[in-house]
Amino acid sequence: MLKGPLAPHRSQARSGPLQGGPHEEAADPFVLGGETFTSRLVLGTGGLPSLEVLEEVVRASGTQLVTVALRRVEAAAGSSMMEVLSRCGVRLLPNTAGCQTAREAVLTAQLSREAFGTDWVKLEVIGDDRTLLPDAVELLDAAEQLVADGFTVLPYTTDDPILGRRLADAGCAAVMPLGSPIGSGLGIRNPHNIALLREQVSVPVVLDAGIGTASDAALAMELGCDAVLLASAVTRAREPVQMALAMRQAVEGGRLARGAGRIPRRWHAEASTSMAGLPDL
Amino acid sequence: MSIQVTVNGAPTDLTDGATVAVLVAARSGGHDRVAVALNGDVVPRSRWTATELSPGDRLEVLAPTAGG
Repeated sequence: MLKGPLAPHRSQARSGPLQGGPHEEAADPFVLGGETFTSRLVLGTGGLPSLEVLEEVVRASGTQLVTVALRRVEAAAGSSMMEVLSRCGVRLLPNTAGCQTAREAVLTAQLSREAFGTDWVKLEVIGDDRTLLPDAVELLDAAEQLVADGFTVLPYTTDDPILGRRLADAGCAAVMPLGSPIGSGLGIRNPHNIALLREQVSVPVVLDAGIGTASDAALAMELGCDAVLLASAVTRAREPVQMALAMRQAVEGGRLARGAGRIPRRWHAEASTSMAGLPDL
Repeated sequence: MSIQVTVNGAPTDLTDGATVAVLVAARSGGHDRVAVALNGDVVPRSRWTATELSPGDRLEVLAPTAGG
């Protein structure tokens, strides 16, 4: 029986928190804003059909950090959602979704700090409702204001490496470039820019937005991203819980592959079976 | 004697001297993690009882929800 090369060569022993799962992730910690995570998957909570599915998805994904939002009380999900997230033991990352100016985003972050009791913020400042693309000028302005106000700022940004560098220089705790527009599922449209951005900054890079399926998440990690943030790809999948597990494994697989070092691309084939001793038949 | 303010976009009548705390009690709908903006500024929870509302004030009363 062929066992050697196919058998897992890493210990399956559990280590660290339960949410770290069986893959020894504790040996590869993800440090963000001074906090250490074993999961490299950040999950958005929007778009799920029920709180029961939310809990299953959070648990299947292994995530330790989930995004949440603030809305008028009449439209808000309420305390039951907060109870589910509290039960799952995840850290909360409030967003500023829907804000189109630095002023709106800063105020929303300050309100979120009141409501959620955290100074972490996923900073979103979008240019318009149709593309939901970041407004670079307002984004940098808001980031500077929030850093000065003591926030741990995680900005959703374009895949522009220079803007990413400006955000990191402004004191952001990470840079979160889009792969493609929010909810589009178009994957990573400019992998080269993501790799360039990874080179440009020393803070974590979190691929945020555009992920459609597991291979997109794996690619993000292979490009050198430190984590992946996704919502719609899981919450709007036909089977959200199954997709959550797929994303978890894709992020882990992509991270391992990045560390393992991919082979160079070649124009022509290169045999893996030695030509030495080839019989003359 | 009552005053009119705008709460979450809708005109709302409150008794004269009403505070942010009174408004939150009436409008929070069971949410315990509420945040309030008054005329574009945060009102910290510690100041809710001391903050009296004036005619024409614009308030946003917000609570947690799901989001990406």
